[in-house]
Amino acid sequence: MADTNREDAFVVFDRVQKSYDGETLVVKDLNLSMPRGEFLTMLGPSGSGKTTCLMMLAGFETATHGEILLGGRPINNIPPHKRGIGMVFQNYALFPHMTVAENLSFPLEVRGIGKSEREEKIKGALERVQMGDFGGRRPAQLSGGQQQRVALARALVFEPELVLMDEPLGALDKQLRETLQFEITHLAHELGITTVYVTHDQTEALTMSDRVAVFDDGMIQQLASPDKLYEEPQNSFVAQFIGENNTLEGVVTEIRGDLCEIRLDNGEIIDAKPVNVSKVGERTRMSIRPERVEMNKERLQEGAHTLKAEVLEFIYMGDIFRTRLRVAGNDDFIIKTRNAPDQLRLKPGEKIEIGWLPSDCRALDA
Amino acid sequence: MSDQSLTSSAAAPTPSNGPMLAADGTPLKKSLNRALRRQKTRALMLIAPLLIFILVTFIAPIADMLFRSVENQIVSETLPRTVVAINEWEPEETPLPPNDAFEAIYRDIFVAAEEKTHTRLGSRLNYETTGISSLFRKSGRAVDDVGERYVDAISDALPDWKGAGPWAVLGDAAHPALPGYNDAWKDFARVSTASGDDPATEKPWELLFVALAEELRAGALNEYDGPLGTELAQLSTALEPVAPVDYRAAMVEVDEDWEDPDIWATIKTYAPPFTPGYFLNAADMKYSADGIEVKQESERLYGMLFQRTLLMSLTITLATILLGYPVAFLMANLPMRISNLLMIFVLLPFWTSLLVRTSAWKVLLQQEGVINDLLVWIGLIADDGRLVMINNATGTIIAMTHILLPFMILPLYSVMQTIPPSYVRAAKSLGATNWTAFWRVYFPQSVPGIGAGSILVFIVAIGYYITPELVGGTTGVFISNRIAYHISTSLNWGLAAALGSILLVVVLILYWTYDRIVGIDNVKLG
Repeated sequence: MADTNREDAFVVFDRVQKSYDGETLVVKDLNLSMPRGEFLTMLGPSGSGKTTCLMMLAGFETATHGEILLGGRPINNIPPHKRGIGMVFQNYALFPHMTVAENLSFPLEVRGIGKSEREEKIKGALERVQMGDFGGRRPAQLSGGQQQRVALARALVFEPELVLMDEPLGALDKQLRETLQFEITHLAHELGITTVYVTHDQTEALTMSDRVAVFDDGMIQQLASPDKLYEEPQNSFVAQFIGENNTLEGVVTEIRGDLCEIRLDNGEIIDAKPVNVSKVGERTRMSIRPERVEMNKERLQEGAHTLKAEVLEFIYMGDIFRTRLRVAGNDDFIIKTRNAPDQLRLKPGEKIEIGWLPSDCRALDA
Repeated sequence: MSDQSLTSSAAAPTPSNGPMLAADGTPLKKSLNRALRRQKTRALMLIAPLLIFILVTFIAPIADMLFRSVENQIVSETLPRTVVAINEWEPEETPLPPNDAFEAIYRDIFVAAEEKTHTRLGSRLNYETTGISSLFRKSGRAVDDVGERYVDAISDALPDWKGAGPWAVLGDAAHPALPGYNDAWKDFARVSTASGDDPATEKPWELLFVALAEELRAGALNEYDGPLGTELAQLSTALEPVAPVDYRAAMVEVDEDWEDPDIWATIKTYAPPFTPGYFLNAADMKYSADGIEVKQESERLYGMLFQRTLLMSLTITLATILLGYPVAFLMANLPMRISNLLMIFVLLPFWTSLLVRTSAWKVLLQQEGVINDLLVWIGLIADDGRLVMINNATGTIIAMTHILLPFMILPLYSVMQTIPPSYVRAAKSLGATNWTAFWRVYFPQSVPGIGAGSILVFIVAIGYYITPELVGGTTGVFISNRIAYHISTSLNWGLAAALGSILLVVVLILYWTYDRIVGIDNVKLG
């Protein structure tokens, strides 16, 4: 987008639209450009259009309108097998009737690469994913994680410049998923491959990517680096979708530069940072991250607003405590506190006061 | 004592060696079996109705039918005396059996004619040697007169003996000195009773006269101490001047074929209760004086028919693969709504009577039929060069391919439906062209469907009957048509059973080979 120059962009979506039935748009006016070597994640709920974008890039779907460029070349009319894009599928899509080595050999054979060179590349690719000893096995004899490694090796073995991954870790258990997340990012950076990664798991998106494009309703809601996305969501959807989030609703009563005053629905007044509000009288939804809520008055800024809260539930989660509060009529207000020896363990029914820095409370669209 | 049992039961659940025990001390295996027994019984009860139905109406009749392919008790049942008489006779050494055999066949045919079973045996043996059927029928009619002179002699000497009385007395006494007579009486009594008459009042058979006369002539009276001794002595005297009956001459007089060694050789060959004869016949072979030999070229039929059945079934299977694969592929890759519509078209033939469909092919394929008319109209063929597409192998192949096509499409479709589109997509993303992606990735995974469809089509085709019968003419009929002919027209059930058994074995062998080559695990129906 704005931060990437169109000229040195490697992958470009230019005003791309997609409709399946001619009545509704699945992808509405998508503009995106990626520099070479970037790891970009398309994140969004199911039906948000992220997989369709990936399929258009791979060539399995055609864009209804707009252009997709790869290395400066429009690829709308290039069939998938000529695009030279590696792809990892959600269900691995390893050919069940071929061994692991034959699976890896397939892309090399169709490219007419000689036998000795093929073997060398297969060996290298398998070793890269720590599957060196499994060349003779059939996919059905491998565990899910091993299959995913082979699928990755197969997508990389013909040295594509762009690799697409469609929820590749969706079917794996949590621990394995985390291990593979690191392996995939390391590999991608090591080899300098441009990667487009599709997932609906926001943790995965945050931990792996250089940039994340949050999709909803066929549009990119926000395209930013993970930290920006988490800390500075541009609208309520992103705030809600990425990480845990507390919301309070109210009406803007005053805007003073980078601070605004908001009257909550129960009449209380708080300060917030105006992000998506423009005029007094507008309804707004504020987003406060649970870990930015402060219970210790001493740590609060001079003159900061505080709100009364009633403890509804205290959940012990090991490393942190999660406390559910009723704040300004919202029963789902969560705060997170670190499990430290001096940390308070609140009991249900306790009345406390909470507050936060106005800059941590972002006034977004209602 | 009680102490001991206490300790042993306490130690029981975890013995250091021996079988694993359950909590109450019974062996775990037994306990598990008991737990599963109810489940098993329930499962058995659920399948019991079908199992019984299949056993009674299917398995048992088939077993009986297969048994008929080797069963041959008709000869020893109808000609019991003859079978004994020719037991020692070697056809290789003397062309004709000893004279005893002629007397035996006279008696057997007499009884068989009274029972009206001689024609059945005649037809049976006629399968092996033509002419026997008429020989037996003729003999059955003429055999009454062979012993006429004994009848006359006995009737003249004691007019009382024209009636039933004394014969019954003799028969009831069953004196061991008159074994031949007792034997004949048993048959007489059996046949009379079977037809609802009382043997004690029924007019005696000529055979009884003959049997008694032969006994008396052989000097049976010397040891006789039973009833009617004086009458028998009188009869013995009366019979002395009568010339003995030459049974061989008498039988030859009935029909000169009785002097034909082939007839006797056939009876001898088929005398045992079991015979490989039907199978030999089904394999275009026969028994002869020199043992088993292949029939003459002009008489061979079944080998050619089996070969044709297999070849045509194979052709039909290939044709259904060629025609069905693209359809199944299309159906598996179209949206559900359209593929369901296509599915209706595929199933439509199932809802039409087989007879109607086959008859429709008759209309379409005949020389004055729709297809020929069309081709002539287009100008592809001349009016006098109309194609012969019916009443031959072509007709059978066309009609049966059409009829069996759904059996190929359905398994193919259900297998193809399980192939995720991501495989082909993966192949294409890896650089494969459409064809390579299909041939190297899609096709191998659809092979189980081809296997399932082929087995289904081939096995159904190999036993198909009605379509070849209707459109096959003479060059397009299958072995099953021949089997049906033997079942319903020639009534040679033994041969039909032998042909059926061979067909069954061929199918099993093919199935086994298929399993060895392709592996039956690779066959999926979806």
